[in-house]
Amino acid sequence: MLNPDIEKIELSKEEYERYSRHLILPEVGVEGQKKLKAASILCVGTGGLGAPLTMYLAAAGVGRIGLVDFDVVDASNLQRQIIHGTSWIGKPKIDSAEHRLKDINPYVEIVRYPVRLSSENALEIFKDYDIIIDGTDNFPTRYLVNDACVLLDKPNVYGSIFRFDGQATVFHYEDGPCYRCLYPEPPPPGLVPSCSEGGVLGILPGIIGVIQATEAVKIILGAGRTLKGRLLLYDALNMSFRELKLRKNPECPVCGTHPTVTSLIDYEEFCGIPQAKAEEEAAKATMGEITATELKQLLDQKADVVVIDVRNPDEFATTRIPGTTLVPLPTIEQGEGIEKIRSLVNGSDLVVHCRSGMRSAKALGILQTAGITGKNLKGGIHAWADEVDPSMPKV
Amino acid sequence: MTVKVLIPGPLRRYTANLESLELEGSSISEILADLTGRYGDLKKHLYNEDGKLRNFVNVYVNDEDIRDLNQQETSVQASDVISIVPSIAGGSSCA
Repeated sequence: MLNPDIEKIELSKEEYERYSRHLILPEVGVEGQKKLKAASILCVGTGGLGAPLTMYLAAAGVGRIGLVDFDVVDASNLQRQIIHGTSWIGKPKIDSAEHRLKDINPYVEIVRYPVRLSSENALEIFKDYDIIIDGTDNFPTRYLVNDACVLLDKPNVYGSIFRFDGQATVFHYEDGPCYRCLYPEPPPPGLVPSCSEGGVLGILPGIIGVIQATEAVKIILGAGRTLKGRLLLYDALNMSFRELKLRKNPECPVCGTHPTVTSLIDYEEFCGIPQAKAEEEAAKATMGEITATELKQLLDQKADVVVIDVRNPDEFATTRIPGTTLVPLPTIEQGEGIEKIRSLVNGSDLVVHCRSGMRSAKALGILQTAGITGKNLKGGIHAWADEVDPSMPKV
Repeated sequence: MTVKVLIPGPLRRYTANLESLELEGSSISEILADLTGRYGDLKKHLYNEDGKLRNFVNVYVNDEDIRDLNQQETSVQASDVISIVPSIAGGSSCA
């Protein structure tokens, strides 16, 4: 707990030796190390942010670390999620993380929650922890973590990343602002590109995650000045840090003076996910689909078909289906891509594809309103790698 | 009067990858009008259907949120730096 009766906390000889560099720091000392031992931190997610930050928290001797993750380790995680190693591909992240953390420091307790965090389980899981760290990767879970922290009155150590940019702050700490004070609403699905579409520098979550770990440790020690009320912006490309003032919104629906959100809500609904999925399904129903195997047959028969790849140029340069033409989705959204496709098609059949089929469905929707019809490659280039060309890397 | 405006990573694909722009105006609304006039695709990212600034895009004059100043009517000076800061979530895996 945050203000423990440290008289009752004991450090063993081994712990004194392990934490000796902390013990000689006046800001930590024996008292601070005992505070760390008495403290409990819950990390939601053991991905890009959770990986480095839980490793440092375990090393620092935080007594109880809770991990929430239901995912399995994928090869594409290893570029940034350094808690997981190659031998753990295909196995649960929570097992991999627990194994690594116990190896770093056997004197800390690791508590596992191999579940998807939800409005049904969040309060029950959070209530036993002093500090919650948000290491998630999507808007519904971020709003869920925020609201649960406000309802239970717990600090929420926030970090978020995109490509080369990162944000970090401490929400709802000592009457400070919460995530909804900063951003009252999430963007509608699809408006902001995700990391799997836009990419992320592998080191970036390391920097932001370690800033989150630093803030959590400072809260436990009661040392220094936290990021409460300050939004830290990090730009890796220019190696610059900036900070912006963050104020509590008196009209905030969850932490304001007259809150309207007094229990956890449906965050998928709040973020517009079901509506977006329904629109996507409706759009898919009106446009034809073709499987990778069927497309391969058409191409082998030298059928009169134009195949357009709507991914980004960088993705196209990495791997592509032979004989396809690149017309990135943003150029279709801007209009010039539509005319390019119109002149390429010129009476032929049209097949559009992306990585897994979502962006191409969006492109076909736009093309349809411009009077161009075509088929969507079901499952995108990943399906091509599965069904037609197993030697193709799935990126 | 021209004022420096910093464009965040997620929106740079709509500004020909430029990180900062010198834009005309003496208030936030004038500057954002100049911005969306030059880069029309940014409009739907900054404003909702009713023409209001979106709730997940914050605008700062130096380190102050315009919501704590005079909203879009906040006046600016040539020495000010304007930041646009959209919410980012991490990397959910779709598409």
